[in-house]
Amino acid sequence: MDPESPSHDDIGEAALTDIELELFVRAMQRRHGYDFSQYAPASLLRRVRQLANSLECGTISGLTSRTLHQPELLPRVLEGLSVPVSDMFRDPRVFRALREQVLPILASYPRIDIWQAGCAHGEEVYSLAILLEEAGLYERSHIFATDLSTRALQHAQEGIYPAREAQQWSRNYIATGGTRSFADYYSVRYNLLKIDKRLRRNVTFAQHNLVSDKVFCEAHLVLCRNVLIYFSNPLQSHALALFRDSLVRGGFLCLGLRESTDFATTAADFDPFDEPQRIYRRSIHPAAGSKA
Amino acid sequence: MTVTAIVVGCSAGGVTALQTLLGGLDPRLAQALVVCCHRSADDSANLAGVLARSSRLPVVEAAEREPARGGVVHLAPPGYHLLMESDNRFALSVDPHVSHARPSIDVLFCSAAQAWRAGLVGVVLTGANTDGAEGLRLIRRYGGIAIVQSPASAQAPAMPQAALDLAGADHCVPLEAIPALLNRLCLA
Repeated sequence: MDPESPSHDDIGEAALTDIELELFVRAMQRRHGYDFSQYAPASLLRRVRQLANSLECGTISGLTSRTLHQPELLPRVLEGLSVPVSDMFRDPRVFRALREQVLPILASYPRIDIWQAGCAHGEEVYSLAILLEEAGLYERSHIFATDLSTRALQHAQEGIYPAREAQQWSRNYIATGGTRSFADYYSVRYNLLKIDKRLRRNVTFAQHNLVSDKVFCEAHLVLCRNVLIYFSNPLQSHALALFRDSLVRGGFLCLGLRESTDFATTAADFDPFDEPQRIYRRSIHPAAGSKA
Repeated sequence: MTVTAIVVGCSAGGVTALQTLLGGLDPRLAQALVVCCHRSADDSANLAGVLARSSRLPVVEAAEREPARGGVVHLAPPGYHLLMESDNRFALSVDPHVSHARPSIDVLFCSAAQAWRAGLVGVVLTGANTDGAEGLRLIRRYGGIAIVQSPASAQAPAMPQAALDLAGADHCVPLEAIPALLNRLCLA
């Protein structure tokens, strides 16, 4: 469209965009059973626009049409709408708190189950695996790494990243209190960094949708960082309820550094453990309305 | 059309430019101001505190799900994109960098255009990249007003120039003239 030409239609382009987004969401729901209606609209619109651009659909309506008629596009669409990639040991002080404060408590359990919800390309799964390995806990731990996108899970399972990340990730590793060499955990070929497959030995990758799927494990730690920021308040509450129901009493929840649970009705089911790092524990005492 | 909100984007040379801009704003402004200034993710400098010293309007860091308040300057936090929702609240995202930047001006401007439509004024200041141009174009397309710092008056002219080239501007003026222009548009 010519950027200089003002819009002459009666409702305005922005209102039209709202309608297009609504119809896309409806199409995903009715055609494929994926409900994005409770996602925070501004980011959703941005991602849908990007998908429409990268698939050369012209408009969001064009993307909706292809979503309806070309089911083979679904994995690509879900990938575009799910959690973005992260870094290994992103926000090192959080991983330092996990290493120094959380793992020593988890060490008292004979078996440690961890659910990472929204694992994207798996950077934080392997970060956790390294912490467990170095704490001598990995043999009795299991990480369930889930994501909405099967393409993201595929990527996570491969554990292959651009080698240029190694320097930053190594700095992050050291900042978490790591005393070995980060390079012990990967090999480099050409310009790709491949994570040692031994770190994957106790990881299960599985598709899971926080909107519609149920609790599937009893976890001692749930890691879900920078996922809830993409959810509206009711969906955020819903996801927190899932984490609560998955966690053992006293189990840990780790959220993203700028994620606020203030607007979630289920926030009362968690007690702060390390508030600045957004680490919480499932309350020992059942809160009103929560599962016994 | 009444102005509801002002969004400002800047990069290289941005802090000094913001001090000039905020210093000249009328404290009676009732519009929400939202500022995206490129900074690195581990930037621990207290930019809000620095800017507050030059501003007669309060300066705060924007927080997830908090409402944008009139007469307050809200800063995008480092390491996250800042977006506006249509219910006048902020949202954060860790989507990939745009033009090597997170927060990105384009991300803020595009979401603000969708939320505030013709009631929005977009301002592009000094910077050494092209972030903000796409966003400013959308602001204009949705009926908002575009102000671009004249490249000749910018410490880094590339960003205002890119905005002019892609979006054009309703006002292209030196930095020193922008506060008075905003006061006039907002208090009218």
